[in-house]
Amino acid sequence: MSQAKGMSRRTIIKGALAGAATTGLAGFPFISYGQSDMIRIGHLTPRTGFLGTLGEYAVQAVDMAVAEINAAGGVLGRKIELLKEDSVNPQTASTKAERMIERDKVAMLIGEISSASGLTIGQVAARTKTLFINTGCNSDELRGKSCNKFMFHIESQNSMYVKTCGRSLLAQGLVKGKKWFSLTADYAFGHDLLRVAKKFMGANGGEFAADKLVPTDVTDFSPLLLEIRNAKPDLVISNLAGNQITAFLKQYAEFGLPFPTAGFGFDTAVAWAAGKGNFSGTWPLVWHHLIDTPATKKFVADFTARYKRPPENQAWGDYNAMKLVAQAMAETKSTDSLKIVEHFEKEAKFPLMKTRDGYFRKADHQMMHEMYTVKGIPAAQLKNDWDIFTSSPPVPGPNEPLEVIATQGDEIECKMA
Amino acid sequence: MLLVQHLLNGLLAGAYYLLIALGLSLIFSLGGIVNLAHGAFYAIGAYLAITIGRHLGFGGALLISPVLVGLLGVVIERLLLRRFYKADPSLSLLLTFGLAMVAEQALRMIYGAPPLSWEIPQALRGQFVVADFFYPKYRTLLIAVAVACVAGLWFLLQRTPFGRVVRAGVQNPEMVGALGISLEPYMAAIAFIGIGLAGLAGVMLAPIFNIHPAMGQEIITSAFVVVVIGGLGSFWGVVIAAAIVGVTKGAVTAGGYPQYSEAAIYLLMLLVLLVRPRGLLGERIVRFE
Repeated sequence: MSQAKGMSRRTIIKGALAGAATTGLAGFPFISYGQSDMIRIGHLTPRTGFLGTLGEYAVQAVDMAVAEINAAGGVLGRKIELLKEDSVNPQTASTKAERMIERDKVAMLIGEISSASGLTIGQVAARTKTLFINTGCNSDELRGKSCNKFMFHIESQNSMYVKTCGRSLLAQGLVKGKKWFSLTADYAFGHDLLRVAKKFMGANGGEFAADKLVPTDVTDFSPLLLEIRNAKPDLVISNLAGNQITAFLKQYAEFGLPFPTAGFGFDTAVAWAAGKGNFSGTWPLVWHHLIDTPATKKFVADFTARYKRPPENQAWGDYNAMKLVAQAMAETKSTDSLKIVEHFEKEAKFPLMKTRDGYFRKADHQMMHEMYTVKGIPAAQLKNDWDIFTSSPPVPGPNEPLEVIATQGDEIECKMA
Repeated sequence: MLLVQHLLNGLLAGAYYLLIALGLSLIFSLGGIVNLAHGAFYAIGAYLAITIGRHLGFGGALLISPVLVGLLGVVIERLLLRRFYKADPSLSLLLTFGLAMVAEQALRMIYGAPPLSWEIPQALRGQFVVADFFYPKYRTLLIAVAVACVAGLWFLLQRTPFGRVVRAGVQNPEMVGALGISLEPYMAAIAFIGIGLAGLAGVMLAPIFNIHPAMGQEIITSAFVVVVIGGLGSFWGVVIAAAIVGVTKGAVTAGGYPQYSEAAIYLLMLLVLLVRPRGLLGERIVRFE
């Protein structure tokens, strides 16, 4: 074999590898300077790791929202340019947020799913006085002790999830005098959720038989399932997050335990991934693809046509965050963060594909809107891979104020600077 | 009774790591390559199982997917790994680390980031219940498969001419070469077996674990810990270490501290290495010293 031939083959392989590596980096920010006629918006969300599975819905949805806005002529006569990055972890998230604001001059930030990362992005937003719309972090703390003037939350807070699902559990008689066994994701979101859940149980006359913290990288729940079987609780509660819930649902079905299940944190994608007949229990959702409103039907149809699968709640969050920001920019005729914050603080109404419009509550910048609980359908009754649950009517009901499911009075720990 | 169940469950949990760790250990022993891409082959096994399973069911996926993953392993070995057998180990680390990233991103591009669904076939659902004792049927099958793999591999390595050459190659590749035996086809065969086993683990665990592009990372660190505790080049060391790691994780979780179950196995590794730097049953292999 000649030297030249060996070299060239090696070069081809190196080239192929380099090519493959580069394609792997698709989704890196596309930064084009000198286009000041564009409104630049930064999008940060986890695209790898245990929440990365949800991040893809967020990215696809925000892309779709921007495409629709730009196709309709943009905002204030200007097109929107999106800068998207993987937020990875709290440290990286804040570094990237800073870079987007200071170097790339984005007008505002949208996104995030991890409460830990949302906290650091929120700090950058406050320091640089740049609007940040949180689309997926649930911790009450972000709307409580760590709230700030520039951070708004279209995602519901943990208290709203607990009170929504709690209503259904109360109606099923699974709270008063009952024993719960809870599994909690061992990071900011889970700790916060467990605190809220314990408060709910205390207020409604139930108790915890056990509460276990579960690291986010645990894939095998079998030791915990043996514990649950032995403890014979009245209800098994999941305060888990992301991929953990899928593994839990699969293995709970595998072990065939007879106790009812419910969860206080949930995403439709984790139930879709559980497999036929493995999804059971009572779970709260901020939005789902089966809501019977024209706006939801159109969104589901458009998203499915574009991405070959229906959207889930994380897609709803990022799509609507982008749309309501565009609406606010048009209404204030400004891209200035402070002006938009003031507009939001007047509790301006926004359509959110539900039966009632929503608004950001002035006190803590939490979106006030309807939520839902869903229950799994038995395997034999499934018609397709997607419509795997039945939904409650909107919570709260039509005659109640939207705020009843959120933190109330002393529970609102936010003090805006 | 609960304690016994936890111990048994821990032992059985070790079987998941075993299928991955055996392949890792084999490839390292013979080629000196620490295959960081091993977890990626596990993930590819799971994804291929879903694709194949849609047409041929669980049985078809179980038979075909590991073979395809094994063949992919041979291709990777022939094209890439073999160039690094005699090179600085850091180069093969970089290569396999890169391969793992390429594989994960490729899965993300082909199948998407959201997890895919795949369930236990109807016939294998349910649990065995004997008095107070209780265990899912599917996990029992998993153990049977792992035991069969260990037995088959042991027979292959200890009782066949093929195994004799491989074992000699692990100890002294130069001498094997001097005897006129080329190790190259053996390396390809070991890559097929080792990487095929990772694919098999992917198929078997897909119905109970979460199937997503980064699933390989979830299992690979535990598998490395098993290999290190067991001792490089030691067949039974890896088998024993898998059991110990499984029981440790299970015991810590059952003891009420699931949040420390990951840390516990690293502490265990530290303790073992302090007492036995080559691992529990690690042999002295001159070229790795």
